[in-house]
Amino acid sequence: MKALVDAMRDPGSIATLDADGWTGLIAAARAEQMIGSLAFRLEGQALPIAVARMCEEARASSAEWRRTALWEAEMAHRALCPLGIPVVLMKGTAYVAAGLDAGVGRSIGDLDVMIPRAALGNAEGALIAAGWEWVKPDPYDDAYYRDHMHELPPLIHRERDRMIDVHHTILPLTARQTPDAAAMIAQSVTLGDGLRVFCPEDMILHSVAHLFADGDLAGGLRNLWDQDRLLRQFGAVDGFGERLAARAALHGLSRHLARALRQTHALYGTPVHAGPLHLSDRLYLRRLTARDRWGRETRPFTRLLFYIRSHWLRMPPLMLMRHLWTKWRKGGIRLPGTDGGEAR
Amino acid sequence: MRHAFAVRIGPVGFRIGSAWAGPVEHLRTLYAGYPTPDDGVADFTVRLEAERPWRRWIRPSVAIRGDFTLPDAAPLPLAQGLLAAEMGMNLQMALGQRRYLILHASAVERDGRALLMTGHSGAGKSTLAALLGERGWRFMGDEFALLDPATGQLHAFPRMISLKNEAIATMAADVDSRRFGPLLKGTPKGDIRHLRPNDAALAAMDRPARPALILFPRFGFESAERPMAPSEVFVRLTQASTNYVALGEPGFAALTGLVKSVPSIAIDYPDTARAVAQVERLWATLAS
Repeated sequence: MKALVDAMRDPGSIATLDADGWTGLIAAARAEQMIGSLAFRLEGQALPIAVARMCEEARASSAEWRRTALWEAEMAHRALCPLGIPVVLMKGTAYVAAGLDAGVGRSIGDLDVMIPRAALGNAEGALIAAGWEWVKPDPYDDAYYRDHMHELPPLIHRERDRMIDVHHTILPLTARQTPDAAAMIAQSVTLGDGLRVFCPEDMILHSVAHLFADGDLAGGLRNLWDQDRLLRQFGAVDGFGERLAARAALHGLSRHLARALRQTHALYGTPVHAGPLHLSDRLYLRRLTARDRWGRETRPFTRLLFYIRSHWLRMPPLMLMRHLWTKWRKGGIRLPGTDGGEAR
Repeated sequence: MRHAFAVRIGPVGFRIGSAWAGPVEHLRTLYAGYPTPDDGVADFTVRLEAERPWRRWIRPSVAIRGDFTLPDAAPLPLAQGLLAAEMGMNLQMALGQRRYLILHASAVERDGRALLMTGHSGAGKSTLAALLGERGWRFMGDEFALLDPATGQLHAFPRMISLKNEAIATMAADVDSRRFGPLLKGTPKGDIRHLRPNDAALAAMDRPARPALILFPRFGFESAERPMAPSEVFVRLTQASTNYVALGEPGFAALTGLVKSVPSIAIDYPDTARAVAQVERLWATLAS
């Protein structure tokens, strides 16, 4: 896993790789969904022919991901356009739509969009009329999403088989922080074709909140790579660091931003004022790099800690117990390390 | 991983890691004489892992994982480890291959021109290709045919031939028993026995061929033949391709190019002997 971080940080580091090192690097990059970004990062390097071929394929694949993601965004736009509400693209789709460095080679799965909370009901109706359907038939899950989450239960399009997550804020309603979703929509930037993306500060803070205030850090190396690219690109403008810090304070994410700056700086050498690593940062780095040369997840105990933390972040203790009890009775609890990974 | 094996099949390199020695030993025997991946760097990694840590020893159960994984793939008993390796390699190709348009088809070659056979499971495409491969044709593959969008050429993927049920006896009559792997009884697909392609197939595996004829065989009917329109062939081949959608426009161009330039015929056959005769006659008609 160190090889993947090194190659992303300094493409010249691949000069020391032998055949096994290459195979391990590619397996790790695929497992972390970073193969496209790695392939672009290695452009211009002297590569073994087999590796050059794989990089070329990965670059072609990401062109296809990009095309599909933009088309999906356009489809959602057409469905939601008559409602006259702002539709803000999020994550990978936003990066490629805005032509940002973070979008280069980025693998993109679902379409994530944010709309004002008051418009959720109408948006849901409009999407269903346009061919999207519910994925989760389970009434408990459905009610859980609607009562406690920051998004509608996922919808999947019946013909294109693509998922859309419709958000109304960036963190679950049960999280301890309550980012100012109205301000995020108000400050969002139009792309000229009716779609919008967050302003630079909010774009970074959404990625930060998603990684450090929600979830168990799985796939975190890619999120931090996004943050590294965004910080480098937006940070080139004078005063960006101060504006970012002020915006983080508004959303209650100052601590998480500080963590993100330390982590991106430690992993990818991002040129930011990060301050020294905290003791806990070592644990985060251990979790983020918990993968071996076969693409397998390692360090099960560290991963379990972050898995427990992810539930702790999302719910107060009593609610967590109720949730786990319900899930356990349905046989739906899966601890980390027991699943087979995602189909890609 | 504890046990590892690397092999190149046609243009594709694989690395297979296993928690147990058994599956890797079988792979070494069956794939003896195959080349290793180009530059030693495999295109795909397959992992045969214990479903749970203790399942390495107690009722060993092989989970099929790798670069590309299906979350709901059922594990196999260790006795079927060879099948697990085969399924793992197929899965990498089906989900991860981007250099070639994958057609779920068998293929044989003669005079630099390729005959493709595709159809539903049980249609006999594997058995037919294996038989033709022993009777004057060069065997190119029994499962996947790789169409290069850049050149329109077909590349061989001569993995172990996966013979099922009655096909095992059919081939045993024709082929040296040393080329067979162990009999895997009671797999989810019935009885399976792997057959090593012959030396001619291995020697020529890096030589692509120009597609010349596509057949859609169907086993268990009176002999019959029906020419197929390019439009029908196109639709059926999009269904027979695992990466047509993922390849985007190059995939579309490759497939339309193929169906417009190559004739296609649906053939029904009652037994393999008559199928071979039908194929030879159609091929001869094509040449004249």
